[in-house]
Amino acid sequence: MRVNSKMSILALASIAKSYGDTPLLQNISFTLEEGETVCLLGASGSGKSTLLRMIAGLETPDLGTIFFDDFDLASTPPHLRDFGLVFQDYALFPHLNVNDNVAFGLKMRRMGRDEISQRVANSLELVNLKGFGGRSVNDLSGGEQQRVALARALTIHPRLLMFDEPLGALDKTLREGLLNELRSVLRRTKIPAIYVTHDQEEAFAIADRVLILYEGNIIRAGAPAEVWANPQSAYVAEFLGLGNVIEGELKGKRKNSEWKVRSEVGEFVVRCDHKHLEGESVCLLARPTVCAGRRRSAGNELNGVVADIVFQKDSYKVTLDNGLYVYLKDAPKIGGKISVRVEVECLE
Amino acid sequence: MNISRPTSARAHLSTVPLWILPLTFLAFFFFFPLARISFLTFSASTFNVENLYSAQRVAWFTFYQAALSTLLTLFLGIPSAILFSRFDFRGKALLRALVVVPFLLPTVVVAAAFTSLVGPRGLFSTFQSSLFPFSSFAFHPSPFVLILAAHVFYNVAIVIRIVGAALSNLNPKLEDTARSLGADPLRVWLNVIVPLLRPSILAAALLVFLFDFSSFGVILLLGDAQFSTLETEIYFQTVRQFNLPLAALLSIIQLVCTLLVSILYSRLTSRTSYSIAPRLAPAHKPNNFKQKIFTFALCSLLAVCFALPLAALPFRSFTRLEADRGQRGEIHYGFTTDYYEELFVNRRGSVFYAPPMQAVFNSLLYASATVILSLLLGFPAAFALAHPTRLEKILDPLIMLPLGSSTVMLGLGFIVTYGRWLASPWLVPFAHTLVALPFVIRALQPAIASIPERLRQAAATLGASPFEIWWNVDLPILRRATLAAVTFAFTISLGEFGATLLIARPEYPTIPVAIQRFLSQPGGLNYGQAMAMATILMTLTAISIMLVEKSRFPNAGEF
Repeated sequence: MRVNSKMSILALASIAKSYGDTPLLQNISFTLEEGETVCLLGASGSGKSTLLRMIAGLETPDLGTIFFDDFDLASTPPHLRDFGLVFQDYALFPHLNVNDNVAFGLKMRRMGRDEISQRVANSLELVNLKGFGGRSVNDLSGGEQQRVALARALTIHPRLLMFDEPLGALDKTLREGLLNELRSVLRRTKIPAIYVTHDQEEAFAIADRVLILYEGNIIRAGAPAEVWANPQSAYVAEFLGLGNVIEGELKGKRKNSEWKVRSEVGEFVVRCDHKHLEGESVCLLARPTVCAGRRRSAGNELNGVVADIVFQKDSYKVTLDNGLYVYLKDAPKIGGKISVRVEVECLE
Repeated sequence: MNISRPTSARAHLSTVPLWILPLTFLAFFFFFPLARISFLTFSASTFNVENLYSAQRVAWFTFYQAALSTLLTLFLGIPSAILFSRFDFRGKALLRALVVVPFLLPTVVVAAAFTSLVGPRGLFSTFQSSLFPFSSFAFHPSPFVLILAAHVFYNVAIVIRIVGAALSNLNPKLEDTARSLGADPLRVWLNVIVPLLRPSILAAALLVFLFDFSSFGVILLLGDAQFSTLETEIYFQTVRQFNLPLAALLSIIQLVCTLLVSILYSRLTSRTSYSIAPRLAPAHKPNNFKQKIFTFALCSLLAVCFALPLAALPFRSFTRLEADRGQRGEIHYGFTTDYYEELFVNRRGSVFYAPPMQAVFNSLLYASATVILSLLLGFPAAFALAHPTRLEKILDPLIMLPLGSSTVMLGLGFIVTYGRWLASPWLVPFAHTLVALPFVIRALQPAIASIPERLRQAAATLGASPFEIWWNVDLPILRRATLAAVTFAFTISLGEFGATLLIARPEYPTIPVAIQRFLSQPGGLNYGQAMAMATILMTLTAISIMLVEKSRFPNAGEF
């Protein structure tokens, strides 16, 4: 898929920003490669939108530099950056119709009428809105409005596309459909993109690489599969909903890199490559899916009394009285004692 | 659907009794007088060359001064709207209050404030002549300039409110998007902000034009009898020339014009849907040199233009600058409380047959009567209008009609219809109620409508009887709106000038009438007393405004 030798096109170096006395972002550095889609994932208030606004030039960082093509953007005002921006609330100009909205950026560039109408038509076709040009933007549905916003950002042939929670205002089925369209548009146009969201499913679906923001720092970066397989911290595991995060204490090393861990919900044996000391407290991740081979020595047991059962898609989410949960194919009885064998790994 | 139909039918029936009182009142004191005026207008004696000529001349000047005032108001108002909705600076709340207050002051007070500052006997010209006694340099603004300045002074608040609200409701992301699409800051304004503000600028302009078109007090008191608009000419023709047919013709012209503008205005505002999301675009500190210069310059200008007249009025009321009439010997210039003391003295040969202070008591009495009357009529109408049926949709514009008609015309209507009762002082509160009623209804109606039926149903399921529901749910919610309505009625009555001037008995003057009479008399003492009276009126109004600001119902209709 992606070739690592591609050169980076956007680079953020040690960006910091605070509001008053509260630091919002501290020492953010990352790069974006040609044709790559990077997703900034974080809870609300984590500063991900502010980061986007700084790249767009709508806000200035307190510290740090933003480079595009090795050129420092500090003195480039937003309207000369050629970056397309798409917001959650679409921000369509209510006084202009679909065509004029999409043509806005080209008119700002004083382009000829024929070229404008050609490019507007192309963009509208790209987002499946052919024939919508004369419509008022106020009569469109949410999904259509967001496509107009996308087309408007695409017509200027931006050097970079930025999305600020673009699908947040849409319902689930529409979101999935539009996400697929967006992915195909990004793949076809090969425009590098930064996508900001708090929704991990959306992020994993669209991103080549995800960056997870927490307390002003990027605490985990990597391809979706990598991050999924190895979240590296309790926060990431919990934020992504990967499974049960269990705090425990290391109680003795066993052969090669296996540790015995004691926690409030029982004892576990964990393989771990980290350098740990006896008695150290650690966080474990117990994924909620049952180990394939029941008799295998690998895996650990989660024990408890069934407190709640919720049916989800093709399995039951079973919550135990000690707060742990697992997914089971068959529903056990509420109040019954169960023991389930799951994978447990060490987080940090 | 089917279940709700019987109740709505019942509601439809039940609003009829609510309308009896308000409609009877309007029929007697508005529609019948209006019919009499129309009758008078279309009589044979009206349409002679002389009358038509003066009607045309007056109408033209009215239009001209209103258009010019509106342009000037926009010229100062739009930058001020930007200032208040986009920027934060120290003293913003105070400056905003200072700029908005003149709109709420009676026009008589505004006129008095301007004469006290830049009028022929005002502070500015007196200081000027004492500083440069032999200099040919002198700044005496002409009456026309004073009129325009006063109009700008009290109407800038409208532009700030309407355009400022539209500016704050603009989604800031529209500007961000335009910037990212390649628009520089100027083109963001030209291509995005101005087109989106256009309806609200137009609405503000129409409203300002309406106020300037029907301005009476300012033109009568500052115009120095050289200028007359439709309003003042109606007054002159009624009181001085006794040419009632011409007065009637002028009123009809005035009414048609204001109605046309009002219809345009309501068309415009009903088409513009303001975003419900409040305060989308937050104000920020000026963060570059240009913004700092803009903020500083405009703040200074507004502070000077608005603080000076408002401060000059009370200052002048405590300062002797010229000899009183008939006063001989040495005159002590400077601080004096004579003008206030004189208000309690019933002098022979003075303007009144009673101590001038009587005017203050009359005004308070009339204002209280107006409050009671307008609540009595306003509550049933507001209840009926809160849940409009077909009947209410017809009646709503009818009940708001007095708002569009000039107060001088209302006075004229009283004269031609109830002339023989003019000896009674009790006609005045009826006229004031006519003016106040639309405001009272517009203050109460949204509050009543805002009480969701579910609230009452919830109270009922919790065991409240109908009376307990009214006492514990409706009343507490309406208390603030009622206080606002009371204050509206009270302030409007205190400041009402046009109708009162025509129908008030000479021995029962109100404060504005007294101010006008003092100002039209020669002598320093009369002038000083006018200033003192105006200061009292300003203080009374300011207290009322503070009350209403504290109790303002969030959704109360603005205009």
